[in-house]
Amino acid sequence: MSDSSQQSLSPMQAAWRRFCRHRINLIAFWFLIALVAVCLIGPSLSPYAQDAQDLELKATNISPQHLLGTDTLGRDMLTRVLKGGQVSLAVGLLATFVAACIGVTYGLISGLAGGRIDAAMMRLVDILYAFPFINFVILLMVVFGRHFWLIFVAIGAVEWLTMARVVRGQVLALKNLEFVTAAKASGAGFWHIVLKHLLPNVIGPVIIYASLTVPGVMLLEATLSFLGLGIQPPNASWGVLLGDGSQVMQTYPWLLVYPGLFFSSTLLALNILGDGLRDAFDPKSAAQE
Amino acid sequence: MIRFLLSRFFQGLVVILAVITITFALSRLLPGGPIQSEKNSSPEAIAAQRAYLGLDKPWYAQLGLQIAHYAMLDLPESFHFKGRGVDEIIASGFPVSGAVGLTALAIALGLGVPLGAFAALRPNTLEDRASMLAATLGICTPSMILGPVIAMLLGLKLRWFNASGWFDPSDVLMPALTLGIIYSAQIARLTRGSLRETLSQEFVRTARAKGASETSVVFLHALKLACLPVLNFLGPAAAGLLTGSIVVESVFQLPGLGQFFIASAINRDMNLAIGISVFYATLIVGFNLLVDILQAWLNPRIRLHA
Repeated sequence: MSDSSQQSLSPMQAAWRRFCRHRINLIAFWFLIALVAVCLIGPSLSPYAQDAQDLELKATNISPQHLLGTDTLGRDMLTRVLKGGQVSLAVGLLATFVAACIGVTYGLISGLAGGRIDAAMMRLVDILYAFPFINFVILLMVVFGRHFWLIFVAIGAVEWLTMARVVRGQVLALKNLEFVTAAKASGAGFWHIVLKHLLPNVIGPVIIYASLTVPGVMLLEATLSFLGLGIQPPNASWGVLLGDGSQVMQTYPWLLVYPGLFFSSTLLALNILGDGLRDAFDPKSAAQE
Repeated sequence: MIRFLLSRFFQGLVVILAVITITFALSRLLPGGPIQSEKNSSPEAIAAQRAYLGLDKPWYAQLGLQIAHYAMLDLPESFHFKGRGVDEIIASGFPVSGAVGLTALAIALGLGVPLGAFAALRPNTLEDRASMLAATLGICTPSMILGPVIAMLLGLKLRWFNASGWFDPSDVLMPALTLGIIYSAQIARLTRGSLRETLSQEFVRTARAKGASETSVVFLHALKLACLPVLNFLGPAAAGLLTGSIVVESVFQLPGLGQFFIASAINRDMNLAIGISVFYATLIVGFNLLVDILQAWLNPRIRLHA
């Protein structure tokens, strides 16, 4: 408090400074940046196509030609792991974005409407909570067949629930605060209040919760692909590679181990990042300083 | 307390009815009907068949009929597995999945709560950091990686168990260990957080002040209250165990309910998919009710008020 330079920091900057204070957060952050870059650039630098087979070579371990070896059809594993990484990360980010959009809209409406509408909307959320994700996916697949886009629908449809609760809680807390009343008194319209006053205050918790949702979503995608209900071969995702690898792990264990290492370290980094962001933005940890 | 439990019971009932309604609505989205495949039937035969299946009635009567059938546990025949009722399939698959799930839950609690308490009693020491790192690693190792690794180590290398299949009672252990380790990691993190918070509360200070021993403070006073978040987590965990058990059933090739559920998606077997969905939803609602009862019993705020 005595330090005047501390007071001039915006809450955002202060939170960022708290985030950077832990070295492990920064390691996770740069690891993810590097991973995304390698997954995006790597496959185009690779001399192999992800589905180019070399049936005479079959499964080999690490060699100078194939840095992560080849799978049972002689396909270059490094290319497949990086291509699969593109798909897994894209699904994780896109489905989280879909979920965040639905959740924020639903939570805003529910919180603003209040009363009976709010109660009914939250009961619906409670009901959907009791409906396991896998049920939803399988029913959708029975009705529509196995399609790639169903992954987004199913994951987006399940993961928005907590987001909606978070946003609704924020809106309920915010909408009766003085600055909103002041804006109303000075003649601000409904949309002006929502867009200029409520949304900016809701966005922080939404980003934090979204960063914690991404690893969960990637896990769901991998589970579906592992079970043969998600991304279909010859396209790869980390879930597909894990499924292929687990079938031949007795003879070629590295086909499971290498994609597994990529997947687990990514989940670990995402979890550390999410926890770090949550702690940095938590008012409790701000008060401790 | 009775009122609290009754309201929870009716909420659960509403959830099950909602699930039946949602699945009913989805089944009407399916192109064609159950009798469209029989092309050469006469119009009278089709009409008779429709009347027999209740398809000539308006949709709300069909929905009512469906709910009545589920209430009397009278489930239809599977489209794909001809001649086998959905109830029959559930009865054959569920004992396997249930045994794996319950054993996994026991392992998760047996490992997670002691590990979390161990870490919470030594805050910010090396042991604390190490056990929390182990817990984080556990969260980041999904069952489709841990399962094959366990099968390889315990099944193929050490030959303690059959690597796959469902022959001996001991075959439940490797799948249950896979799921149990993963959930124990989350339970350990929850236990640590909530025990540390509880230990800083005033009633714990009072207990210390009146001279209670450290063991009695931790185990009699604090741990009981610290278990509430863990108990709350068991509801979502039950849903997660269902999904997870589908993965381990596929890894260890167990003839469980999950395998039939996946088959229903691949064969587009609507009756089977709906039957298992409703069964899973009922199971989760029942489990949540059990958690509510335990919670009411452990938490004086609920026990005395509501």
